[in-house]
Amino acid sequence: MLYRENGQFKTNYASDQQIFPIAQDRVVIVALLAFAFVAVPFLASEYLFRAVLIPFLILSLAALGLNILVGYCGQISLGTGGFMAVGAYAAYNVLVRIDGVPLVVAILLGGVCATVVGVLFGIPSLRIKGLYLAVATLAAQFFCDWAFLRVRWFTNNSSSGSVNVGELNFFGWVIDTPAEKYLFCLGFVALFALLAKNLVRSHIGREWMAMRDMDVAASVIGIRPVYAKLTAFAVSSFFVGVAGALWGFVHLGAWEPAAFNIDRSFQLLFMVIIGGLGSIMGSFFGAAFIVVVPIVLDNAPILFGIPIDTATASHLTFMIFGALIVFFLIVEPHGLARLWSIGKEKLRLWPFPH
Amino acid sequence: MGFFLETLIGGLMTGMLYSLVALGFVLIFKASGVFNFAQGAMVLFAALAMARFSEWIPKLLHLDSKFLGDLLAFAVALLLMVVVAWLVERLVLGKLVNQEGVTLLMATLGISYFMDGFGQTLFGSDIYKIDIGLPKDPMFLFESVFQGGVLVSKEDLYAAAIAAALVIALAVFFQYTPTGRALRAVADDHQAAQSIGIPLSRVWVIVWSVAGFVALVAGVIWGSKLGVQFSLAVLALKALPVVILGGLTSVPGAIVGGLVVGTGEKLSEVFIGPMIGGGIEIWFGYVVVLLVLLVRPQGLFGEKIIDRV
Amino acid sequence: MKLKTLALAAAIAVAGTCTVLTSAPAFAQAKEQFFPVLVYRTGAYAPNGVPFANGYVDYLKYVNAKGGINGVKVTWEECETGYATDKGVECYERLKGKNATVFQPLSTGITFAITEKAPGDKIPIITAGYGRSESTDGMVFKWNFPLTGTYWDAADVLIQHIAKLEGGFDKLKGKKIALVYHDSPYGKEPIALLQERSKLNGFDLSLLPVAHPGIEQKATWLQIRQNRPDYVLLWGWGVMNSTAIKEAVATGYPRDKMYGVWWAGAEPDVKDVGDGAKGYHALALQHGAEPNSKIVQDVLKEVHDKGQGTGPREEVGQVLYMRGLMSAMLSIEGVKRAQERFGKGKWMSSEQARWGYENLALDQKKLDALGFTGVMRPISTSCADHRGAVWARIHTWNGSKWEFTSDWYEADQTIIKPMIKSAADKYATEKKIPRRTFEDCQSDTQKG
Repeated sequence: MLYRENGQFKTNYASDQQIFPIAQDRVVIVALLAFAFVAVPFLASEYLFRAVLIPFLILSLAALGLNILVGYCGQISLGTGGFMAVGAYAAYNVLVRIDGVPLVVAILLGGVCATVVGVLFGIPSLRIKGLYLAVATLAAQFFCDWAFLRVRWFTNNSSSGSVNVGELNFFGWVIDTPAEKYLFCLGFVALFALLAKNLVRSHIGREWMAMRDMDVAASVIGIRPVYAKLTAFAVSSFFVGVAGALWGFVHLGAWEPAAFNIDRSFQLLFMVIIGGLGSIMGSFFGAAFIVVVPIVLDNAPILFGIPIDTATASHLTFMIFGALIVFFLIVEPHGLARLWSIGKEKLRLWPFPH
Repeated sequence: MGFFLETLIGGLMTGMLYSLVALGFVLIFKASGVFNFAQGAMVLFAALAMARFSEWIPKLLHLDSKFLGDLLAFAVALLLMVVVAWLVERLVLGKLVNQEGVTLLMATLGISYFMDGFGQTLFGSDIYKIDIGLPKDPMFLFESVFQGGVLVSKEDLYAAAIAAALVIALAVFFQYTPTGRALRAVADDHQAAQSIGIPLSRVWVIVWSVAGFVALVAGVIWGSKLGVQFSLAVLALKALPVVILGGLTSVPGAIVGGLVVGTGEKLSEVFIGPMIGGGIEIWFGYVVVLLVLLVRPQGLFGEKIIDRV
Repeated sequence: MKLKTLALAAAIAVAGTCTVLTSAPAFAQAKEQFFPVLVYRTGAYAPNGVPFANGYVDYLKYVNAKGGINGVKVTWEECETGYATDKGVECYERLKGKNATVFQPLSTGITFAITEKAPGDKIPIITAGYGRSESTDGMVFKWNFPLTGTYWDAADVLIQHIAKLEGGFDKLKGKKIALVYHDSPYGKEPIALLQERSKLNGFDLSLLPVAHPGIEQKATWLQIRQNRPDYVLLWGWGVMNSTAIKEAVATGYPRDKMYGVWWAGAEPDVKDVGDGAKGYHALALQHGAEPNSKIVQDVLKEVHDKGQGTGPREEVGQVLYMRGLMSAMLSIEGVKRAQERFGKGKWMSSEQARWGYENLALDQKKLDALGFTGVMRPISTSCADHRGAVWARIHTWNGSKWEFTSDWYEADQTIIKPMIKSAADKYATEKKIPRRTFEDCQSDTQKG
């Protein structure tokens, strides 16, 4: 009973089909965006930007991409780290080899290259399903790991195999402070989240969801499996590739292929499942959980003044992290997004029990 | 030619060792439908337990015989794995009955994180030695036929023999004992098995315990080869293509898959690798599996996937 | 689910995020010199990371026991990186705000990432015996200090030693040398130098990468058995080293023809191989295992005897422990040198400390006074040379301990110097940073 949702009637299709039909939801979203764009750059500390907010934003973009593939289209993919690597290295090569390319164009081209690779490794999904597909996508992960270590052209013939990026220049505005990097990433994430939300609400999204629920029945009623699955891989890899480029350029600055290894793929899959499969908001919740919880667990002993040595603290972090994942899966297998919707449902009635 | 034989034999035996780890996956999937990503962590945990107990027990009980000490350590480690199996069933699996495969997969990943941390807390993060008397020096066969002879690693040979024995024992167990039949019934259809009186939770504890036993044997063998340390958990990633190639529900499939992946990896690394810079065995196994799956989506020996609409 | 449960969960989540928000670092006391200690005590590389960390922290405790750096107390905080780059970056971000003096990442991946951030934050990085070889050039890499040597120096010394064994550089022609390396920037570093040397001296170089973490080496060693190289150079870390030696045993390759880099020549690498590792050689980065050195006796007396030892007593004096000790000593000595210029007994900022690292002048007398006689040779850095020394020796495992089996070698700079310059120039053009001028080197870069 915090607010009343009824009484808001729509008079045309456009207002009926908007993403946030309830006025209160629109207000909250606008307030959140205003807070994120305007207030946070002034309020947050440098540590918060560099260690929490920027990784959170970039990984939630990647989680969005993976959620489209796993949550909306039902194809389990463990090759996400490899696609991020493709995006990062492709963007790096565009920037280094072609003069005068704007940063944003380079990042988007990185995404395009990741799309091509994603579609290529998505072709097996037409034949292979479920867990078998998950392991088949590991081939993509390990192949990309190897390719970026072995093929010197990708790393611009650097002797060590590690690459670094020069200054980031967004149409003349040099991005070097943490707040600027945060805003740059936030811009990308906001745009891409809007894109994702609209995609999943459209007929493509419905085709994906039909493939996820019952692919044979879907093809019987006329949805082409090739089109649906490959577009899912394409869109997902685009998002993931852009996220990879941002991770390398903005967050790390200099990287080696190990930054995009299989642990990264597992981490993203965790985010998507903990956050909620098939939910845009869930990707953000999952990313926040996976980014923040280890930092909290690592720092909690110091904050509470309990002197544990770093090894034990690190082990405890692993244990508590694992236990929390299992706990969340038991309590709410559909993820944090579902917990959030249940919460909103309860708040609609509060303080009444039913 | 001699070198080719050498590589082939080496690959076959490595493949047998992979199938040891893969067996754990297959067992658990066969009986409870859960793809246990925590198998690698279980191998590490079991190996750590064995390594540390074989250090602590002789000191505690003032034993002189190394054999007795190792045997006791093995028994205690096995007991520990049974306890782990019981806990996993009670705390995780029992609460996640009927959930989707992806959720169960994630739960096992959570368990693997937990076991990584717990194992290192209990037993430490150093490299530990397991010495069960396997010979380390190589054997050279056919020295008259091929120059330099064909190298066969004695340690690998013993390990492969142990793996083969284990597989045969498990196959017999599944086919001919009542418990084995109960496990196959549960794998087939949980509800039907329950309706004829097979206690589901007890079956799962048994399955996870047997998988724990397999993990222990795998951990001991790999541990004596590589030393017991954190990277043992990475072995699971090498065993995954074996599982998938053989089919998720087939014990002989795990062996055949292991042999194929093992030989494929070694032959490709030695003969194709140098042409493209080397280091390809890490993805070659997976690519082979990918190609096979394109032809047979259920793996070589897996159950055919039938989609009902 | 009940509303109460949801509310409780939400409250915990908010509390959790608040701890992150408030974990914004507090500033250290002005009279204390803070050293962040990036370690890995867990994960795949823990067996090698733990003795290093214990040596590093023990030396800091020792300095405090002796009265600090001319009276300035030393404080430190360990941060677990697990050898992962993003955890290393998080540790860096968290600890730099506490007025960190210098960072020692102990991982090539983390080094690359922090090298991008350190100039902006004005904090020096010491990469003693690892890191980017071209960061020797202090005119481009103002904030990086690969003290005591880089991988190009290491590879060069190994070739010199092999040439000596063969009877001269001209005898190297036609010999086969294989490099078994960890497939990562760390392992690839020596390749450039080895290829130059191979062209110059005429030996046959074969490159055999081993994927992380290095437990799969059967195919590599079967190839070695087939090709029969005269020498095998091992560039591994962690479990890859002991696996390599075990595979060498399993394929019958003589261990005394194997030479490891200084990160592949410590007790964890050979301990569990036992007798099989007898005869295995490795580079000693100036020091080897030094249980009889004066500094070890001092540390045992001042730290371990008072119950303050970070690790077990048996570890003191082992190879990696000594490396930690030496790295910590270099950190402290840089600050001491900075104090000589900017005020003895005062707290040094990271920029002042950087000047100290750039002007290190540890001669034999000073080393003797510190207790490092026989452990290290004199080291002196300058604006153009952030490395300071290029000496190394070979030590061999005799089944129970490491013994020195060669004289001191000095890495030959005729090949290395132009390589450093061209690599540093490439970096400078990529990042669009100008080379420093000599005026900048002399300048008074002093901030209070």
